[in-house]
Amino acid sequence: MSTDAHSLSRDDVAHLARLSRLAVTDEELDRFADQLGVVLGAVARVQDAPTTDVTPTTHAVPLTNVHRPDVVTPSLPREQVLAGAPAAEDDRFRVPRILGEEA
Amino acid sequence: MSAELTRLDVTALQAALAGGETSAVEVTRAHLDAIEATDGALNSYLHVDGETALATAAEVDRRRAAGEELGRLAGVPVALKDVVVTDGVPTTSGSRILEGWRPPYDATVAARLKAAGTVLLGKTNMDEFAMGSSTENSAYGPTRNPWDHDRIPGGSSGGSSAAVAGFLAPWAIGTDTGGSIRQPAAVTGLVGHKPTYGSVSRYGLIAFSSSLDQAGPMARTVADAALMHEVIGGHDPRDSTSIDAPAAPYVAAAQQGAQGDLTGTVVGVVRELGGEGHAGGYEPGVLEAFRTGVDQLRALGAEVREVSCPSFDLALAAYYLIAPSEASSNLSRFDGVRYGLRVGDDGSRDLDEVMALTREQGFGPEVKRRIILGTYALSAGYYEAYYGQAQKVRTLIGRDFLTAFGDGVDVLVSPTSPSVAFPIGQRVDDPLAMYAADLCTLPASLAGLPAISVPCGLSEGLPVGLQVMAPALADDRCYRVGAALEAAQDAARGGTFLGQLAARA
Repeated sequence: MSTDAHSLSRDDVAHLARLSRLAVTDEELDRFADQLGVVLGAVARVQDAPTTDVTPTTHAVPLTNVHRPDVVTPSLPREQVLAGAPAAEDDRFRVPRILGEEA
Repeated sequence: MSAELTRLDVTALQAALAGGETSAVEVTRAHLDAIEATDGALNSYLHVDGETALATAAEVDRRRAAGEELGRLAGVPVALKDVVVTDGVPTTSGSRILEGWRPPYDATVAARLKAAGTVLLGKTNMDEFAMGSSTENSAYGPTRNPWDHDRIPGGSSGGSSAAVAGFLAPWAIGTDTGGSIRQPAAVTGLVGHKPTYGSVSRYGLIAFSSSLDQAGPMARTVADAALMHEVIGGHDPRDSTSIDAPAAPYVAAAQQGAQGDLTGTVVGVVRELGGEGHAGGYEPGVLEAFRTGVDQLRALGAEVREVSCPSFDLALAAYYLIAPSEASSNLSRFDGVRYGLRVGDDGSRDLDEVMALTREQGFGPEVKRRIILGTYALSAGYYEAYYGQAQKVRTLIGRDFLTAFGDGVDVLVSPTSPSVAFPIGQRVDDPLAMYAADLCTLPASLAGLPAISVPCGLSEGLPVGLQVMAPALADDRCYRVGAALEAAQDAARGGTFLGQLAARA
C-alpha cells in the first residue's frame, strides 16, 4: 500500500474494495480516495495518545463465557427462512457457482 | 379531539385510555390520520400498516371492555426505527440491500413492546445501517426536521425523532452507536436516552458496531423515556452481552427528579466538550443554551464543578476507527445469499462476482466508505497503528470517566451536539464535518455508559440539547437529573418544550 503516512492512493482503495467485495466504479475510486485520505488523517491522531502500558478495551462490559443449558430449542421453520432468500431450490439456498471454471 | 390525541405524552395517553376517555382505536386512528396528512413532507416513516395497527388496537379495546388483564402499555402507539427486526413487517435498515425483506422473527425490543400491549404504527427512516448524523444517508430519501423542513432531523435515528417531534408517534425506539439517539433527540427537541451498554438487548437489531450499539427510548418527556426503558430493558439470554442485573426503577427516578431538588448532587461540566479552550466548532447559541441549563441545575441545588477529561479529545478519532472496523466485519453478512438483494446472477458469474455486484448496488456511499476504512484499519501491518491504538484510547477514555466519578462527581454534563440542526445537503460530501455532530456523544458510547439528552433551550429558533452522562448501570441518575432540568425548563417557559413547536403550527 501507499507509503505516504495517512493517505490512501486510488490503487489502495481499489485493493481494499476488492477485499471487501465491492465492485466500485472508477468515479467512486477517485472520490473515496480523496475523502478517505482526509478521514484517515483525522483518525490517525490516535497514534499521538500516550498509550505505553495501556491495555486495549475491546468491550465496555467485561465479558466472560456465557453458558446456557444444553437443551434443544425450536429453530425457525425452513420455508420461513427461505422465503426471504433471493433464490432457493430444493429446500436450500441457491448460490452461484463458487469455482472459476466454466459451468 | 383527534389532533389533541397526537399531542399527548404517553403518561397522559395511558390515563386517558385507562379512564375510558378515549379508545386504542381512536388514538391509533388519530396518529394514522396525522401520518397521512403530514408525512408526505417529513418522510419519517418507511413503512406504515394502518390496517394491522387498527386491528391490534381494536383487540386491546375488546379485551379492555371484557375486563381482561392488559399489558402496561395497552393501546399506546409506538414507532420503531427500521434497524429493529420485526416479524413479518418489512425491515430495511435504511438500505436498498434489504428492500422488501420481511424478517421471520421479532427483535427482543419489539417483542417486549408487543407484549406490553403497544400498537406498532410503523418503521422509521434512518441513515443506512445507522451510519450518519442526518438521515441523509437513507436509501429512501432524507427525513425533514419538523422545526424547519429545510433542515436535518439528526441521525441516524432521524425518522424516529421527526415522527415524535412531528406528532406522528407519541414515542419511538432509536438506536445509538455514537450518538444516534441523543443527537437527533437534541436537534428536534426530544428526550433521548442511550442506556448502559448491555442494559437493553441487542437481539434482533441489525448490527452496525456490536461493541457500541444500544437501543433506547426517544420521547417527549423524561418520564416517558424512563417508562419505555423499563419495558424494553433487562436481561435477555439471547444477547450474550446483556447484563444480568435488575433494571433500576427509572420511572421513580424521573418522578423524584421532577420534584426539583438536586441538593447533594455533584454535576461535572466537561471542559473538553465545549469548555474553555475547547469551544472551537461549537455554535455560540448552543453554548449559551447549555450554560442556561447548567445554571438551572445549580439553582436546583446541585454543586457544579468543571472537570477535565483530556482523552475525550481523541474520542472522534478512536470511534471512527473502531466503528468502521466492526462494521466492515458485521456487514459481510450481506452477501446476496440468504436475504435481500442479489445482482448479476445470470449463470455467467461466480459467487464472488455476484457478491461484489450485489454489494456495490445495494450499499450507499457512506456504507462503502466505512467498509473500506474498516478493512484498512484491520489489515495486517496497519492493525496495531489504527485499530489496536484506537482500543487503547478507548481505555484512556474509560479511565477519564472513572477518575471523574471517583472524585465525587455524580453526573457529567455537556452540550449534546456542537450545532443545531444543519441545512439538508450541507455536509453530505464532507464526511469529517458530518462526523463532528457526534463530538460530544462519542465518549459515553466508547465507555459503554448511559447518557441522556434533554432540551435546554433554543438557538436561532432551533432546539438545543443538554447531555447528562452517568456511571455504568446508573441510568437512574440520567433520568433524575434530566427530569429536574426538564421541570425547571417547563416552569421557566410556562409550558412544554414541544408546545413551542405546536404553537407555530
